[in-house]
Amino acid sequence: MTERLRGAEIFVRALADEGVEFVFGYPGGSVLHIYDEIFKQDKVKHILVRHEQGATHAADGYARATGKPGVVLVTSGPGATNCVTGIATAYMDSIPMVVFTGQVATALIGNDAFQEVDCIGITRPCVKHNFLVERVEDLAETVKKAFYVASTGRPGPVVVDIPKDVTANVAEYHYPESIDMRSYRPTVKGHPGQIKRAAQLLLAARKPMIYTGGGVVLDNAAEHLTRFARLLGYPVTNTLMGLGAFPGNDPQFVGMLGMHGTYEANMAMHHCDVLLAIGARFDDRVTGDLEKFCPEAKIIHVDIDPASISKNVPVDVPIVGSVSSVLTDLIEIIEGSDHTPPNRDSDPWWQQIAEWRKLDCLRYDRKSDKIKPQAVIQSLYRVTGGEAYVTSDVGQHQMWAAQFYPFDKPRRWINSGGLGTMGFGLPAAIGVQLAFPDSQVACITGEASFVMCVQELSTALQYGLPIKIISLNNRYMGMVRQWQEFFYDRRYSHSYMDALPDFVKMAEAFGHVGMRIENPADVDGALEEAFAMKDRLVLMDFITDQTENVYPMIAAGKGQHEMHLAPNERELA
Amino acid sequence: MNERHTISILMENASGALSRVSGLFSARAYNIESLAVAPTEDPTVSRMTVVTTGSPEIIEQITKQLNKLVDVIKLVDLNDGGPHIERELMLVKLRTAGPEQRAEFKRLADIFGGAIVDITEVSYTIELSGTRERLDDFIEAAGVRHVMEMARSGVLGLLKGSKALKA
Repeated sequence: MTERLRGAEIFVRALADEGVEFVFGYPGGSVLHIYDEIFKQDKVKHILVRHEQGATHAADGYARATGKPGVVLVTSGPGATNCVTGIATAYMDSIPMVVFTGQVATALIGNDAFQEVDCIGITRPCVKHNFLVERVEDLAETVKKAFYVASTGRPGPVVVDIPKDVTANVAEYHYPESIDMRSYRPTVKGHPGQIKRAAQLLLAARKPMIYTGGGVVLDNAAEHLTRFARLLGYPVTNTLMGLGAFPGNDPQFVGMLGMHGTYEANMAMHHCDVLLAIGARFDDRVTGDLEKFCPEAKIIHVDIDPASISKNVPVDVPIVGSVSSVLTDLIEIIEGSDHTPPNRDSDPWWQQIAEWRKLDCLRYDRKSDKIKPQAVIQSLYRVTGGEAYVTSDVGQHQMWAAQFYPFDKPRRWINSGGLGTMGFGLPAAIGVQLAFPDSQVACITGEASFVMCVQELSTALQYGLPIKIISLNNRYMGMVRQWQEFFYDRRYSHSYMDALPDFVKMAEAFGHVGMRIENPADVDGALEEAFAMKDRLVLMDFITDQTENVYPMIAAGKGQHEMHLAPNERELA
Repeated sequence: MNERHTISILMENASGALSRVSGLFSARAYNIESLAVAPTEDPTVSRMTVVTTGSPEIIEQITKQLNKLVDVIKLVDLNDGGPHIERELMLVKLRTAGPEQRAEFKRLADIFGGAIVDITEVSYTIELSGTRERLDDFIEAAGVRHVMEMARSGVLGLLKGSKALKA
């Protein structure tokens, strides 16, 4: 017998039946019926954030670390608009997330009611899909559809806008086991003929390159990729979003590629004869000048999203399908061939790569009397044994983290790659630490990014989350300053952070531990001390060298072979 | 080299479906020449016809991005799908000055296969369907200066033969 329930109860029951662990949210007028139902149960745990943007980033961090959709619940009007940045962040990085927004009652929609916005209209360009629930009878099925759409195919955020009267009205409750939508059936299996062509090209390659992105992480295909790449014995590079999908310490790994990628990764891209792109989207930060991109290469592109293929770069062998499925098929063909991996000590292509590697493009001054940000990341790597979940904000510190903390496992590196959202790191760390309470969670940030969502320090206290915040404080918006130094004749327009707070006192005011580290000799000890505090959030304010820049670098509009290394070293062309 | 393509789209007849398509075109800076939409024989399905221009690569991206919209069930680029028929409906109100001109407009309407659907002492309203070019020809023949107002539906299209786009 089906039960008749109020919409609010249907909603909370549906979340429980969907297996939702955490809802990140903030109450308000139009969702009060729902919050009343949340109060009455204990299956779905609600995490009270301090700003709705924080809720979206926390849900996003949870999703990136676990692979399960993150869930957000906010009220109408400003509650919904505060979520937009977080929704767009998830959209750009294809993160599964379901955001439930309250809405004014159906009879009031369009009347400029109190706390009314056109949430469907505002979010439409930055969601995978959105729904307005007009009748309580549709509520349970819409919740199911939202989770289904968010987590299948190319994942992405889905918004469900729920008017207040829908949560008050009564209907029979039935949560569908599965869902079939005639308009939405993503392709999973790759075309066998195309896969065969791809294998032939790869086996015949003399200067092959494997370039993989966030799609490998999203499809939980890191093991497939590692097995496949080792079978072939070819060099592998990862995008910023793809780090960890192939072990960062593996000799076949040539580092991240792109604007701040390694010299060897970018040179190998430029000179390769066969490029296999997997779950990557040829982003402008990766390709540089498209006219100069991989001039000699036949390009194979595996992606679940047909629209990503040949969008920026024309592709020779397109394969639409899930990364894990296509890699499984490719592995079968390679295993059935007589291929043996090239000997890295004698193969001419690997020898060439070794030459590029010798430049040691990530070197920096290790004898400086100032704290070098790179050294802090390397120390963090040692102290955490390379096992931490690392979230980051956006800017120089993000690039240094990507360069100097090699990730051997997927879902450990959590950052806003596509949208580049400052303020992401702390709330994302909250989502990660909730999912993995016993793991080390580090948030690498800068003093500019950090304050953008600093209010979430209270959330971390409320739920006892022992996050370790590593703030690389150079008193500048470092990446902006770097561009102004290079391209604007050192006119540092508004990139200087004057009137900074005392971060140690700030941490203490929020109920946490604060540390200021000003001497390079104290870096290791401070990190060890902080990570030894298993049950406390520690904010470490590292006063770093203000002049340090991120190298190597491909300037905007240049080709991948036109990197420049640190100053006083030869420009490479 | 820019090409003109007519794309027929079957989509869920849900609120907001039209804005998803038009929003996609503006967000990605695609051209949109005309757009016509109405429910089909199945009231849960709408059929939309979009006329757009762009390089072959852009047209391919447009069809892929449209296909990606969760509400889109199926689509066909009529220019790639084989021979097809395109028609547009026009209602045009012409100012008539004197019996001679009224006779001339009546003749024109007959020649173009149109019908006079409203008459006043000073105007004729003519209904005419045909290809876009044919409607343009009619206006040119009648003279733009005589047009009081006009409304055009945007292009509709179907593939020729027994092939059909079905949900």
